[in-house]
Amino acid sequence: MSLLVLWGVSVLIFAIARVIPGNPARVALGPNATQDQVDALAAALYLDRNILVQYAFWLRDLMRGDLGRSLYTNRPVTQDIAEFLPATLELIFLAAMLMIVAGLPLGILAARFRGRWPDHVIRVFSLLTVSAPSFVWAVALMLAFAYFLPIFPIAGRLSEAYSIPRVTGFLTIDTLLAGNLHAFANALRHMVLPAVALSLSGIGQAARLTRANMIETYEKPYIEMSQAYGFPEGRIARTYAFRPSLIPSLTIIGLDIAALLGNAFLVEAVFGWPGLSRYGVQVILRKDLNAIVGTVLVIAALFLIVNIIVDILTVLLNPRIRLGEARP
Amino acid sequence: MKRAAFILASNPLTLLGVLLVSLVVMAAALADVIAPFPEHRGAVVDFVNFNKPPGGDFLMGTDVVGRDLFSRILYAYRISLLMAVVVLAIAVPIGVTLGLMAGYMGGRWEYGLMRVTDVFLSIPPLVLALSILGVMKPTLLNGMIAVTAMWWPWYTRLVYNITRGEKAEGYVLAAEVTGASRAHVMFREILPNCMPAIVTKMTLDAGFVILIASSLSFLGLGVQAPTPDLGSMVAEGARYLPDQWWLSVFPGLAILIAVFGFNLIGDGLRDILGGDR
Amino acid sequence: MSALLDIADLRLSFRLWSGTVEVLHGISLSIAKGERVALVGESGSGKSVTARIVLGLIQELKGATVSGRIRFDGQDLGRLSPRARHALRGTEMSMIFQDPTSSLNPVFPILRQFREVLARRTPRISEAEARARATEALREVAIHEADRVLASYPFQLSGGMNQRVMIAMALANRPKLLIADEPGTALDVTVQAQTLDLMRKLVADHGTAVLFISHNLGVVREFADRTYVIYRGRIVEQGPTAAVFADPRHAYTRALLAAQPRLTGGALPEIAERDPAFENPMEVHP
Repeated sequence: MSLLVLWGVSVLIFAIARVIPGNPARVALGPNATQDQVDALAAALYLDRNILVQYAFWLRDLMRGDLGRSLYTNRPVTQDIAEFLPATLELIFLAAMLMIVAGLPLGILAARFRGRWPDHVIRVFSLLTVSAPSFVWAVALMLAFAYFLPIFPIAGRLSEAYSIPRVTGFLTIDTLLAGNLHAFANALRHMVLPAVALSLSGIGQAARLTRANMIETYEKPYIEMSQAYGFPEGRIARTYAFRPSLIPSLTIIGLDIAALLGNAFLVEAVFGWPGLSRYGVQVILRKDLNAIVGTVLVIAALFLIVNIIVDILTVLLNPRIRLGEARP
Repeated sequence: MKRAAFILASNPLTLLGVLLVSLVVMAAALADVIAPFPEHRGAVVDFVNFNKPPGGDFLMGTDVVGRDLFSRILYAYRISLLMAVVVLAIAVPIGVTLGLMAGYMGGRWEYGLMRVTDVFLSIPPLVLALSILGVMKPTLLNGMIAVTAMWWPWYTRLVYNITRGEKAEGYVLAAEVTGASRAHVMFREILPNCMPAIVTKMTLDAGFVILIASSLSFLGLGVQAPTPDLGSMVAEGARYLPDQWWLSVFPGLAILIAVFGFNLIGDGLRDILGGDR
Repeated sequence: MSALLDIADLRLSFRLWSGTVEVLHGISLSIAKGERVALVGESGSGKSVTARIVLGLIQELKGATVSGRIRFDGQDLGRLSPRARHALRGTEMSMIFQDPTSSLNPVFPILRQFREVLARRTPRISEAEARARATEALREVAIHEADRVLASYPFQLSGGMNQRVMIAMALANRPKLLIADEPGTALDVTVQAQTLDLMRKLVADHGTAVLFISHNLGVVREFADRTYVIYRGRIVEQGPTAAVFADPRHAYTRALLAAQPRLTGGALPEIAERDPAFENPMEVHP
């Protein structure tokens, strides 16, 4: 099922990439290249062949883990992705954590105090956060906490004073492997503003969704039962109403986490974060076909992985499915 | 109606939303009248008044070539609203029709249409639009095409889910028994029951399209200079942080106000109409 | 002898979009210690909200106004702080619901929920102690495979089994008052009868007073010492169950009785939606 979708994505991406008007080889090499050079590149990219043949070759190369060469960096696309992906993953991971540890409790709080002031405050907050694109939050946070109150660094992943050997590409891990706690703290401080900017609308979405689903759960007889028996209100909210509501929320939360993959394009641009998304923008602006296709494919694969994790979690959290009494 | 009025009255936030959206629509419609410097929407250079902070003749200050930011924002709203209207006007009918077909006709239609929808939905929306724009020229029209392409599947899925539920209802069966055509059942019987959810989603999406469109132009893949667009104005202004802060803050605030307005109305509509989750 | 529960002139109104609606128009009702009292009426007559007011659940709703006096075990509930009223729930009073299966939380095993109920009386009860006490409580309702039941989720058990679990939970803290809101109406008739028998035996053993809410006169006749008939937020007739059934004096009670299915067959007469005679003053049997 997931593989089928991934294959569909590959067809879609490939189709998009090949509807480009004009000769991609010419676009890539610029106006100064000779016709021979253009033809040679076109042949290397199988651009002189029929579209189905092009796709077949491309798919064959893909199976071998070969996404072709980037015309922008003149390196294999897989190598570029391997270099830039960890920075993005690190950022998205932190943003997703923020989204969950802030968004879900806010939703629980709003549902518990429905119609009272905490609910109103949280409602306005979450509506505001989803009402501006993450680059606006990025600019606002940068202005407030990097320039006006210089608490966090303005851009980049690590201060130049540190030099950490690259092992995994995840700076939080590499600094720890190098045993350099100062560098670790420095890397973490660089991540705070981009991660918050990236996660803000996700926090709002998660809070809204959790509130909506919990309010539906609050209508259920088993919640009335727990109130009639005087279970503590806080425990009812956090446990007895939250857990059943989490199951229908999970899929959407998964989608929102996946949406971070898109919004990373905006946040990385503001903070000069050397990740896959920034690479993606560069190659899109340069019409670097192989790199565009590779980047989008990797993002789609990540998206599917998030969805698979969500499906597994749904099974684990729903005893009905776990015990085989119902189908997911 | 009375119930709707009661909900509205007890929901000051929804009223605020109506107010904000009215302001934005009026700003866009009456830009020629309101804007102090209508000619600044284009490629004008005024080196006497460049980089002026907010105040005096320039409510929101001027940009690096001396254009009045307030005037440019008013005209940028035109582009944003146009984008929202065009994208929804194309994406919603397509998405709704496909959703009705997949949900009502079932079988191969259902399988085929929903798999295609899955494929579209398994690329993050912004990334899909970016990759489409990546191979096309960044113009307003192509931006609209790219955003529309990422938008319809959401309506397909919404309507598909409702239709699947409605299909088993008595009124659908009644229409079928009396020999109504498939098109009649889909568009005259089932569609009206999807309308509350569709209307709510469209209101929320009007804001969301503005948000996505501004994101594309922020990355340099939307409307090109000198046409004013909120996203590209923020991108441009971000290069002059922190000294010329107004260059990015006011366009950013303009996006926030418009999208917030639509979201407030959409949220209120959801309370009144029910509708999607 | 002083009553365990004494309700006098209870009124409830809701503020809605169309204005204020009064739902209860001055209910008076009392239950002695260990007494079983039925409150009978159709759906929408106000019997369920009365039960929820006693528990203090309605008072916390936005837009609800409650007036009148409710004394429980010598305390005026209206004067208690919300915290003190909360402390009574699950300890001094408990409740059994219409559909046992949907009244138990679907994502937690029975033991977890049982422990939470026991913790109302014994805060920080250990899992081992909770298990022992729950096993004992389940034995009372004739469940002998307690380990399996405690480890199960509600959807894994039959409705009748869940109802027994519910009864065991309701009585586990030895409350003085048990409110039974249409207990087991969602179950098969035979299962419902069995569990009601069980419940009657247990409350008699423990001396628990019961406020039994039902629309089913046959069940009420079997179960209750005294009966109140409620119609549109007013008590129209009250008295010992036998007397009310033998000699129904109020027009509404007669209509209600006439609408009960009998073994002798014959078509059921409809109860009129409204009838001027239904608004007659209350009939009280000595």
